[in-house]
Amino acid sequence: MEAVSLPAALELAAGGGVGLGPEKRAVLGTSLPLLQRDYRFQRVRFWGCIQGVRGVYYLAEGLGPDRAAPRSRLYSLNCVEWSLLPPATKEMVVLAGKLKGRFQGDPSFEYDYTEINAEDAERLLEDGKEPIIKEETRLVATIEQIDSAVGIVPRGAFVKTPLGSVHENRNFEGLSLMEAKKLSSYFHFTEPVNLKNKTLLEKADLDPSVDFLDSLEHDIPQGSWTVQLEKGGTVVVLRSLLWLGLTFYHVPVTKQYGYVYFGTGEKNLDLPFML
Amino acid sequence: HGPYQPHEPGYGLYQPGYSPYDDQIPDPESRMLAIQNAKAYLLKSSTTSGLNLYDHLANMLTKILDEQPTNAVDIIENISKDVKCAQFRKKMDTLRDEHEILPTTEAAEVRKALFLKTNAEGDEELEEEIGETPLPNVMETAFYFEQAGIGLSKDESYHIFLALKKLISAQPIQTCRFWGKILGLEMNYIIAEVQFQEGEEEEETEEEEVIEEGEKEMDEFEDTDEEKEKDEPPKSTYKPPPVIPKEENGTGANKYVYFVCNEPGKPWVKLPPVTPAQIVCARKIKKFFTGRLDAPIVSFPPFPGNEAKDEEEEGGRDTYEENPDFQPPSVAEMVDSLSLWVHHSQSILPQGRCVWFNPSQKSEEEEEDEEEEKSEEADKPQQEVGPSLLTPLSEDEEIENLPAWTARLSTDLIPEHAVAILQSNRWPGAYTFASGRKFENIYFGWGHKYSLENHSPELPPPVQAEYPSGPEITETSDPTLEEELAFKAAQEEALAASEEEEEEEEDAEDDEEEDD
Repeated sequence: MEAVSLPAALELAAGGGVGLGPEKRAVLGTSLPLLQRDYRFQRVRFWGCIQGVRGVYYLAEGLGPDRAAPRSRLYSLNCVEWSLLPPATKEMVVLAGKLKGRFQGDPSFEYDYTEINAEDAERLLEDGKEPIIKEETRLVATIEQIDSAVGIVPRGAFVKTPLGSVHENRNFEGLSLMEAKKLSSYFHFTEPVNLKNKTLLEKADLDPSVDFLDSLEHDIPQGSWTVQLEKGGTVVVLRSLLWLGLTFYHVPVTKQYGYVYFGTGEKNLDLPFML
Repeated sequence: HGPYQPHEPGYGLYQPGYSPYDDQIPDPESRMLAIQNAKAYLLKSSTTSGLNLYDHLANMLTKILDEQPTNAVDIIENISKDVKCAQFRKKMDTLRDEHEILPTTEAAEVRKALFLKTNAEGDEELEEEIGETPLPNVMETAFYFEQAGIGLSKDESYHIFLALKKLISAQPIQTCRFWGKILGLEMNYIIAEVQFQEGEEEEETEEEEVIEEGEKEMDEFEDTDEEKEKDEPPKSTYKPPPVIPKEENGTGANKYVYFVCNEPGKPWVKLPPVTPAQIVCARKIKKFFTGRLDAPIVSFPPFPGNEAKDEEEEGGRDTYEENPDFQPPSVAEMVDSLSLWVHHSQSILPQGRCVWFNPSQKSEEEEEDEEEEKSEEADKPQQEVGPSLLTPLSEDEEIENLPAWTARLSTDLIPEHAVAILQSNRWPGAYTFASGRKFENIYFGWGHKYSLENHSPELPPPVQAEYPSGPEITETSDPTLEEELAFKAAQEEALAASEEEEEEEEDAEDDEEEDD
């Protein structure tokens, strides 16, 4: 959620029961604009928080002029001092994906890799590296996974110019109530995977400036999103069941939308059994 | 290419009168004609939409000049589209608009009812209400939880507050508590935990007893029928595990009664009391709530009942702490030592009840009927003992290096007014706060337990044998050729031997007759 509209957005996303206390809200209201100044971001967003056993990580991200470029991510333990996280690489994501269990809450905590996969650990030892993973790496990888898997935007909110860069659509006036209840009106904000597999007929109906991302319709498994109208039908809230804790909200026929993650940072692998 | 500017190459090359296209540039009258032709072309109506380009461009430029957006050239296409859309709307004005019944207005109607005062009686009502009331102060609780960042928005909390008040006025309730909110796939559940005033639940139990007796009679009939028939298919040796009776209303797992509603303003539905079989079953399955009470739960092992029962048993497991002689320790101490927090309600045993029920008494009766009773009852079920009431939380089982509870202060900056918050790691979503003498529990979540390992559903039991295998129905292998021949030879020998004996006997008889 955008830093400028943080209080209102938190009210809209509060249906899940977890949010921020008044102290944290006040602190974020002051520290996020300072972040924007220090790192020269165009926009700063509050991404959410991951609850570890002994502490909580607060996460923010900053964007530059191209919205589709990799975003800089920062974490903090008290919302006052922020540290920049290293950019995520594929190996990081693969390694950290094998770790199970809760986050500890201490960024320098080291996970012993030998317990997880002995072969990989040996390979690492041969290379000369130690078979450990720091919790910071796991944090980076988890955020990357969550964003790419369930970070969503409404259709029409972003447009792609013929030159390839992605901007916010200034003419976006929000989805209508009917559209807002359909999963096909929301897109994953990552490199599209399914777009090429569409038939020519389907592609003919698409508008290339707006429909350049994957929609939620074809997410596997089907039913991994819940769509609800909250607050008497004025807010559409989507919750992901794959990453429990991700909440997306949108007020139809207005420009207000955003998503936030309040959770433990663990993927719900039991999802197929639970549907 | 417009008229060339002085700094551009090509300037001065195409002077009028010297360019290669001189013969095609019309003289002033022809120019007017060309302009009129161009304008006529622009005014030509489109065959598909009836618009013409001239009017469209005029409208667009009017709109741009009126609104003066920044960087209009970048969004010119969208402006064009908007102007076209605006055109179409006007044509529908001949029809009268039917007022759409938006779902938002319907919901608002429902919630408006919450805000109306039900009784318009005089001051007497007020005095009664100000006295002791079972209505919990939801807003106060919400305030304390909000210090830790837990809770719903203030609007929703207030709606729930009013909905609870309605519930209390409708039912005879002694104590009431906002238990929490369970998220579901289609709709969510808001749950209130209540205790009825004494004497209000008798009707229910009578009905249930009647039902139970009816079932017993049915069982007896079935037994006698089976004994009469002799040529019946082999009786199944499947003996369902003895049905453990559910606990009495008001005790154990059924201590509290739960009311559920989907949204504040909608009517409250009472959840039925829970049976131990359901608890045992619910422990093994892991499914999301859909939000509809009558949704059947398709799972294995088959869950008796539907979603309403699943909820009931979720509610009963919430932990609690209470002590009337509570000396409020300082908040810091509470966070430091988990032993200051204890469980209040009895935990549910693996059997599904809070008080262990001995099933071996009933099984003795059944032994007399059955003949094929094997030593199933040989190993009598061990008495299941759970942790006793008011055990400290620090003794709660850990989940693989993870403490069962996480404690923290709501704020580090102002410790003198901080609130102690406990989060459960086993049931993510269960929170407890304590501040001075006040404490409260709440649950916000999906209704699932936390497990490190992936959930593997229980496998179905092995297929039972259709019939007991014994010598009378077992197939024997056919005799081989040698065996048959040997058997035949043996038979012939025996026959020959017996014939000789008969002949001897006949001879002996003839001799005797001759003698006479």
